[in-house]
Amino acid sequence: MELVGLLNYWIVIVLMMTGFYIVISHGNLVKKIVGLNVFQVSVFLLYITMGKVHGGTAPILEEGIALYSNPLPHVLILTAIVVGVATTALGLALVVRISDAYGTIEDDEIDAMENND
Amino acid sequence: MIILALMGFMAVIGIAMARIRDLFAVVILGGIFSLLGAAVYVILDAVDVGFTEAAVGAGISTVLLLGTLALTTSEEKVTPESRSLVSIVAVIVTGAVLVYGTLDMPRYGDPTAPINHHVAPRYLEKSGDEVGLPNVVTSVLASYRGYDTLGETFVIFTAAVGVLAILGRSRRQPKRKRMKARKG
Repeated sequence: MELVGLLNYWIVIVLMMTGFYIVISHGNLVKKIVGLNVFQVSVFLLYITMGKVHGGTAPILEEGIALYSNPLPHVLILTAIVVGVATTALGLALVVRISDAYGTIEDDEIDAMENND
Repeated sequence: MIILALMGFMAVIGIAMARIRDLFAVVILGGIFSLLGAAVYVILDAVDVGFTEAAVGAGISTVLLLGTLALTTSEEKVTPESRSLVSIVAVIVTGAVLVYGTLDMPRYGDPTAPINHHVAPRYLEKSGDEVGLPNVVTSVLASYRGYDTLGETFVIFTAAVGVLAILGRSRRQPKRKRMKARKG
């Protein structure tokens, strides 16, 4: 069993879990979105890692090069990065609105206010 | 080796982001995290993704987050101990399941992996003649998977409409109403 080849995936999983931890353990809404971004970058890394071929080069056609890395994950992740920024922007807009309406961006304080009303 | 070192840096920064309570520092560390990610993409041959991540992930996201901090607050409250304990357990369990899932995966850089045997070789062989661009990623993005990219533009448009609807003209009115309510 050659487990060294899986080391990259495991580090990516550590990164993912860091993002996941930031999302679920913090009540601050901005920090939750930062955590989502960390998770997102880790998922992108997982895809790009799968597309890498040993000895391959970037998929730009050139005379005399026979082996290229897989271009398909690159395309998917390019789309995902842009969509990720769109969702981040929408989430942050909601945070600003919540801050206007409640005067706080901590989710437990918002819960407490809702229960008092 | 370089990849592992860069990813190690990313892990350290990620943990620092989880621990620091000053949101300004967290956002800047997030920008560094994205930039290191971009470097890793370039090493993994995904140059286009590296460009985009550096410009969009490390640039625009950071600016958006800083703007939000300017409009809200930049100090985080302390999270209760019990909550972080539960989260650590959840994170470790999820991580263990994911690691178990990777045991079946093809090894890193394996040219015989299933991912390299479907449409990818066809794109690499034919796109030069069919589309006529040297950059295969561009050919696939704009031609073979053009509908994907069209859908992406719809998503961005929807998000822009959403942001304008949430933050548009109505943003200042409720604030004034609240001020009046406080005075009265």
